[in-house]
Amino acid sequence: MSLDPLLLSRLQFVWVIAWHILLPAFTVGLASFIAFAEGMHFMTGREVWFRISSFWIKIFSVAFGMGVVSGIVMPFQFGTNWSRFSVATANIISPLLAYEGLIAFFLEAAFLGVLLFGRSLVPRWAHFTAALMVAAGTLFSSFWILSTNSWMQTPAGYEIVDGRFYPKDWIAIVFNPSFPYRLLHTVCGFYISTAFVVVSVGAWLVRRGEFIAEGRQMLATTLTVLMVLVPLQIVIGDQHGLNTGEYQPAKLAAIEARWKTETPTPLTLFAIPDEANATNRYAIDIPLLGSLILTHSLRGAVKGLDDFPRDQWPPVIFPFFAFRIMVGVGLLMLALVVAANLLRRGGRLYRRRGFLRLLELSAPLGFIAVIAGWVTTETGRQPWTVYGLLRTADSVSPSLTGWNVAVSLAGYMLAYLVIFPAGGLVMSRIVRRGPEAMVSEDAAVESGRPRRPVIARPAGRAEAVARPAETGGAP
Amino acid sequence: MIPQGPIDFVPIWTLILGLGVFFYVMLDGFDLGVGILYGFARDTASRNLVMNSIAPIWDGNETWLVLGGVGLFAAFPIAFGIIIPAVYFPILVMLLALIFRGVAFEFRFRDAPNRTGWDHGFCYGSLLATFAQGIVLGAFIQGFRTDGTSFTGSSLDCFTPFSLITGLCLVFGYMLLGAGWLVLKMEGEMQDWARRLGRFAFIGVALAVIVVSIWTPIMDADIRRRWFSWPNIALLSPVPIITAVLAWAEWSALNRRRAEYGPFVAAIGLFVMSYLGIAISLWPMIVPHRYTLWQAASAPSTQAFLLVGTLFLLPVILMYTGWSYWVFRGKVRADIGYH
Ligand code: HDD
Ligand code: HEM
Ligand code: HEM
Repeated sequence: MSLDPLLLSRLQFVWVIAWHILLPAFTVGLASFIAFAEGMHFMTGREVWFRISSFWIKIFSVAFGMGVVSGIVMPFQFGTNWSRFSVATANIISPLLAYEGLIAFFLEAAFLGVLLFGRSLVPRWAHFTAALMVAAGTLFSSFWILSTNSWMQTPAGYEIVDGRFYPKDWIAIVFNPSFPYRLLHTVCGFYISTAFVVVSVGAWLVRRGEFIAEGRQMLATTLTVLMVLVPLQIVIGDQHGLNTGEYQPAKLAAIEARWKTETPTPLTLFAIPDEANATNRYAIDIPLLGSLILTHSLRGAVKGLDDFPRDQWPPVIFPFFAFRIMVGVGLLMLALVVAANLLRRGGRLYRRRGFLRLLELSAPLGFIAVIAGWVTTETGRQPWTVYGLLRTADSVSPSLTGWNVAVSLAGYMLAYLVIFPAGGLVMSRIVRRGPEAMVSEDAAVESGRPRRPVIARPAGRAEAVARPAETGGAP
Repeated sequence: MIPQGPIDFVPIWTLILGLGVFFYVMLDGFDLGVGILYGFARDTASRNLVMNSIAPIWDGNETWLVLGGVGLFAAFPIAFGIIIPAVYFPILVMLLALIFRGVAFEFRFRDAPNRTGWDHGFCYGSLLATFAQGIVLGAFIQGFRTDGTSFTGSSLDCFTPFSLITGLCLVFGYMLLGAGWLVLKMEGEMQDWARRLGRFAFIGVALAVIVVSIWTPIMDADIRRRWFSWPNIALLSPVPIITAVLAWAEWSALNRRRAEYGPFVAAIGLFVMSYLGIAISLWPMIVPHRYTLWQAASAPSTQAFLLVGTLFLLPVILMYTGWSYWVFRGKVRADIGYH
């Protein structure tokens, strides 16, 4: 068997990005949650918020570190394995990536140090500001990287000269047709993913009976937020699907496993798509529903794959099943959240040990949906890297041989299989110790704190340094 | 080959990218160097101290690497498309090493049973990442086989005796920067320890720089002509002279108890001079022998679009980065852990 550098590069890209995305999926939401907790503590002075915030900051620091190291790998992938793609598209996507670095990464990195280590070194408002800045950084980061990706999905505002893309209209490039949907849907998905982790930890704390106040507060806050976000996510997803139908009809056809154009279109709930014969096996179809959902009318037509040349078909089974997993998870989330919020009335939730246990199991739900969603998006875009314009096969670096990429892929696999489980262990250990244990340590320890102030300490500073003794400064 | 606009942005992008890469080399240089020196620390307490001296800032330092990579992609995409695949394996090694080194900060303190494992990861990760960067540098100076906008050589071309020497050179160089940083952040015995390591690194740097400075002009006729033809030889003579003065300053600062800033500042000075030397050798090529800065540049509209934000953002970034350094100023304390 000969090693194909193209196939291996694709596998490598999927491997590194799928792991990377798990961390933003967690840290984007968590940064906002921490900023919220810091804000609540700043404003109300309630100690429970201080403990919640300190607790999640520990977990955040581990996740964030892993997000950074797996993220630094990413832009280099474009150069090492996709150099022809890079040369062709650089004029368009490079400023978007560069703005991500300039606006988001530096902001996060600079304020992260203060957020993690600076609690006793800076006044309380400055620590809160650091939390806000880190949260803003993660959102800016999502903005630019999703703009980049969306441009690859629905290119706009460009012209092509000699096989390379040149910018014509930057507004059209940044705010390309699928970008608003993808941004909203992804960020909302990230918030949901984080919220389910917090729900799970909160439920566990309540059930364990040791940090009940913290656990209840986490549950109350996140379940309320989820009650809004989960239905919202489904609405945005529906809109996103309409957008896909308009700009990437072949992807939509693959998602729905529609081989022929039919009016009205049925909805295939389940099937085993058979690409060779362009048909579905064991299909469970509901008449009319396809038209209704995908075009919002009873007589709308959904294009089938036979409208496209065969060499432009995506690999149908990936988008088909991944999409069903995502939507399935979304509906499951909805059921869970509605049930939990009903139980929360009158505080029944906190006594239902069985249901709390169920909530504990919900932590991975968001991540499953996020990965499934991205597999839908990205495999549905194939065989293109820039939809309809640049083929994946024409994007790969010409100098790479099969064994080159086999070696690097093996390296990334080994490294990630060590790092990610280790990170998971480290985080679960922090969770097991619970929120309270953190506080005393937190007060004692700051890295790099001056033994003797190098510069005379300004008046406000002494007070700031003394503050940790109050552990949260409840009035 | 590229549609030209009314204003030539290439010089300013050269300057910005040059500065960005220099900031990376200086900042991540000292913190990778600290990582290498970490391997020499004897007990847990001193290891804690060494690590704490960079824990709050390493992430920001590494961000300059992203900026360097993406900046090259944005300003000189053809160079990005040729150079990065050409140094496939050094980049791979660097990235993998940075992964292990980066997570060590968090894992070491929270994952108590595996303390030594992550300690090794931190030290060897720093060492390998540095060495790999040095190989990239050497390969870059030597140039690449190309066809059009693609690299056409083999992924092993970058491993040459010359690039191995530049790899070593950078290892000693970063160690020297790291030692300077530790002198700044430490007191008493630990500071003496850092000075000793600094002297060791200095000797390594001196030897390696001499070898590279002789080898490069012998290897490359263009570079020889650049430096040794008349009147260049006179005009450029300040470069070796200033370098020699800085080297003397570095050595004496490492030996003087009172000099707390000296070792770090002079080491930065030495890096500036080496950097300048390389720039003079290669100017105006960005892919040596093949593409000039202008030929490899991105579209003027791209450069303009990015410039608007960059000119505004860079000062802001420097400001809040400076603030975060200021918050963690002063000596690191011995009696404290990470969290
Ligand atoms: C918590 C996460 C989550 C949940 C519950 C859902 N999604 Fe989703 N979905 C994502 C997270 C996500 C994502 C990972 O963020 C994706 C990948 C790329 C993107 O734009 O968002 C995505 C992609 C994505 C796409 C592909 C768009 C394209 O690339 O053209 C569609 C059509 C939907 N979603 C629709 C839905 C619907 C109808 C849902 C109803 C239950 C749903 N999603 C739940
Ligand atoms: C973050 C979550 C993401 C996931 C899980 C993901 C997943 C995938 C998958 C599964 C493929 C392979 C499709 C195939 O080969 O059949 C792919 C391809 C690709 N994606 Fe993504 N992607 C993500 C985000 C992005 C982003 C943000 C970008 C660009 C900025 C991007 C750029 C690419 C490129 C260039 C390819 C083509 C190379 C290839 O086929 O592997 N992806 N991605
Ligand atoms: C949907 C896809 C992606 C999203 C939403 C996203 C978002 C983020 C966020 C929020 C961070 C901060 C670290 C963290 O919170 O864990 C991060 C780190 C990073 N990401 Fe991604 N990312 C995505 C895909 C990519 C891709 C395709 C690239 C490569 C071009 C990339 C490059 C980076 C880099 C370089 C870092 C480290 C930044 C640092 O030094 O702080 N990311 N990403």
